[in-house]
Amino acid sequence: MNRALSLLYRPLPSPLHATRAGVAALWGLALMVAALLLYHPLALTALALALLGAGWAAGVGRALGSSLRMAAIWAIPIVAINVLVSREGLTVFARLGDLGPFGQGDLTVEALVYGAVIALKITVLVLITALCSLCIDPDALLRICRRLSFRAALTASLAVRMIPLLAADTQRIADAQRTRHGGLPEGRTAAGARARVALIGAVLAGSLDRAMDVAATLELRGFATAPRAPRLQRPWSRHDLAFAASAAAIVAFALLARLGGAAAFSAYPLVHAPLTPVLLVLCAALAFAILLPFADRRGVER
Amino acid sequence: MTVLSFHDVTYTYPGAERPSLQHVSFELAAGEFCLLAGLSGHGKSTLLRAACGLAPHFHGGRFAGRVQLAGLDTREHGPARLGTLAGALFQDPESQLVMSSVRAELALALESRGHGDAVVARGVEEVALALGVDHLLERSVHTLSGGEQQRVALGAALAGRPPVLLLDEPTSQLDPVAGDELIGLLRRLNQEWDVTIVLAEHRLERCLPAADRVLALGDGRLAHDGTPSQFLEWAAQAAPPLLTPGAQLFSLVGLAPPPVGVKQARAALRARCLLSSEPVSSAPPPVVRHVNMGNRRQGAPSLDAPPGSAELSAPPAGGVLARDLAAASPRSAASRMRRWAFRGSGAGAPALQMRGVWHELRDGPAILRGAELRLRPGESVALMGRNGAGKSTLLRHAAGLLAPTRGRIERAGRVALLLQTPGDYFVHERACREVSPAALARAGLAELADRNPRDLSGGERQRLALAIVTDGDEPAVLALDEPTRGMDRHAKAVLARELRERAARGQAVIVATHDPEFACACAERAVLLADGRAIADGPIAELLAGGWYFATATARILGGAEGALTPEQGAAVLARRAADRGQAERPPEDGGRAAEDGEGMASAAAAMASAAAAGLPAGGTRR
Repeated sequence: MNRALSLLYRPLPSPLHATRAGVAALWGLALMVAALLLYHPLALTALALALLGAGWAAGVGRALGSSLRMAAIWAIPIVAINVLVSREGLTVFARLGDLGPFGQGDLTVEALVYGAVIALKITVLVLITALCSLCIDPDALLRICRRLSFRAALTASLAVRMIPLLAADTQRIADAQRTRHGGLPEGRTAAGARARVALIGAVLAGSLDRAMDVAATLELRGFATAPRAPRLQRPWSRHDLAFAASAAAIVAFALLARLGGAAAFSAYPLVHAPLTPVLLVLCAALAFAILLPFADRRGVER
Repeated sequence: MTVLSFHDVTYTYPGAERPSLQHVSFELAAGEFCLLAGLSGHGKSTLLRAACGLAPHFHGGRFAGRVQLAGLDTREHGPARLGTLAGALFQDPESQLVMSSVRAELALALESRGHGDAVVARGVEEVALALGVDHLLERSVHTLSGGEQQRVALGAALAGRPPVLLLDEPTSQLDPVAGDELIGLLRRLNQEWDVTIVLAEHRLERCLPAADRVLALGDGRLAHDGTPSQFLEWAAQAAPPLLTPGAQLFSLVGLAPPPVGVKQARAALRARCLLSSEPVSSAPPPVVRHVNMGNRRQGAPSLDAPPGSAELSAPPAGGVLARDLAAASPRSAASRMRRWAFRGSGAGAPALQMRGVWHELRDGPAILRGAELRLRPGESVALMGRNGAGKSTLLRHAAGLLAPTRGRIERAGRVALLLQTPGDYFVHERACREVSPAALARAGLAELADRNPRDLSGGERQRLALAIVTDGDEPAVLALDEPTRGMDRHAKAVLARELRERAARGQAVIVATHDPEFACACAERAVLLADGRAIADGPIAELLAGGWYFATATARILGGAEGALTPEQGAAVLARRAADRGQAERPPEDGGRAAEDGEGMASAAAAMASAAAAGLPAGGTRR
């Protein structure tokens, strides 16, 4: 639960935090588009490294690092499963023999590489999500959503707020149970299972009470009668402009790389991932476009 | 102009057998500061929820009668509409903050009512400045302290500038400093902005001076409606548990009228020459350097003890060690303080010893900074300090829930820790499944064995939680973290008695509390924490008699004279003074008798009365 808390937004003095939520979200979206368009391992690696650099520049490097570790845990099974289930590729590095209805169990280098590329792509997407979660004010983002879909935004507001509340409640209840004499039964026994069910029940009961209190507060604040949220009139800051330009550049470079064939990649039947000077330039340009807005640190403190 | 009126209101929660409000009728004029008094479960919170329409619109149930808020009938208008007229602030600030950042929280009420950008921005700025939370505007709400959260929640309730503010025990989770600040803030809102305030509180001594009117509830009925002074006179006869310590003090010595606040009490005592006419204290509050308190148990009188049963502890002014330390350099004094803290209070193996305990957060502050503590078996200690001083962390270390980043902790046996929320201990649907039958019987809950623990009253839940953590073999140390939150005086008295009994059985008891009255009812020694370490450690009489914030009401009234903390001790002090004064003014035989009478608590009122009859200034009405 502490991990969930560590991925929550906290206002910090950084250019990305100082950017209006709409533009920052757009920037995040541009990164997503780039990650989805690109398959070349070098381009994805450049993207991942640039994201880690952006996280460090935004002051959330440690939290982003823990996201990377979480993503790595998912990456290993993705690679393993692809190697096991893919029947494509020509370079066999291990033979498992006849697997009956599944055919010959030949493991190929191409399947391994393709699995790794997919895992890298997912890792990049996780990093983008974590960076946005850490640096974009959810209240400001939901405020934009309230103009579009009131009910959905209300639900999202409550969900966002309930995460730290439930994390704190769970921690408190777990601490209380640790202070019981002898503690609750643990392990894989029937008593342990019953104790865990009881504990989950206590957390759920507490969260329902909590939800009732929050709902009463919302009721009194007039949330149920709220009209469409008014549009905020705010002048564009240098960071808004910089990240908007960066978003446009990221999408442009990604499109150029994909459509121009500079970042061509195919895994089957043989791995084809040419390292061309154009690709190197594009990767450098992509990283530059991501990191450049972080260079200007004027007016980042709120 | 009437802003809030109840006409014969009776309300029953869904599934409840008895109504929580019964035939309640009153009217509140604009600009009034109204205090709701009453024991737990007697209808204060329900009244507030009925006033803002949550009852019955949100909670359901059966509702009879009529409530009008600024002319709107709550049966016809829901909480969302009524929320524009009445801001509400309840006990737990965490549940009242619904957005992620402070700025968004303050803006929500205004945005929800469709105000434009400029109005929202101005409203947020104004309310933030008015409540002193402007520096928190960009903070995430989950990073705020309890006091900050309560202020932000108050700001959110006030952002729409409602003419009425409803508050349900808003200071129950705050330290004395933050609590006093909040009451001062409410007073300012009332006086300068003409906000009508309805405040439900258990610690009346804190709020009575600010109030214009008091409504007392008993069993859901309006038992009394009058000015604070009238309320205290009524409570002395009809509801003694609601009396403030100052009023108890005056009642014990036979003075009237009961004082509403410390200032009035002092003025009344000065008028009777029972208090020096010089200012009580012009110097900063003394730092008690007294860390060794010897083997004494007489300094722990009870809240519920009948007059005359409490033993008076009157430590020498300044304290022996304070005198010693005054002669020493600050550095040597500090080092001696550490040594005494190690030795604690007497020889023998300690029940708990903490040596230089640090708790340093990664990428964060140090919560404990070399904390030293030694508890011997049978000792009872009150751990006090502001929110965030490190009290809860220290107790968690004591119980082994946390491991120190530096330092050492030695325990003579099990440390049972009762955390702040008793409900967190309940994982079963019947009380009998939570603890052994013997423990349930010891807690006096055998008859409630088949009840769901969550359906028990506040005091019963606390007793059950205590039974859970102390079930099985007897713990060497019992630690309690803020056990009196939201408790009325009666429940506190019962808990204090239980803790004294445990200490008498040889358990070391340590209680983190913000309540000086409770601290002096259950502890013999007090440790004041600040910035993660003990800044004062000594007999409770010295620590709580000499402070400004961390002082009981009696100590504030008497300026810490003779270490009197409770009304009974204060009455004895006043009785002695009256006797001395009588001795000086009367023939020798009368004065001698008065001086003898002044020794005992039970004779204090008699001595006071005889002294008053013998020539105290007019106005000292006998009871």
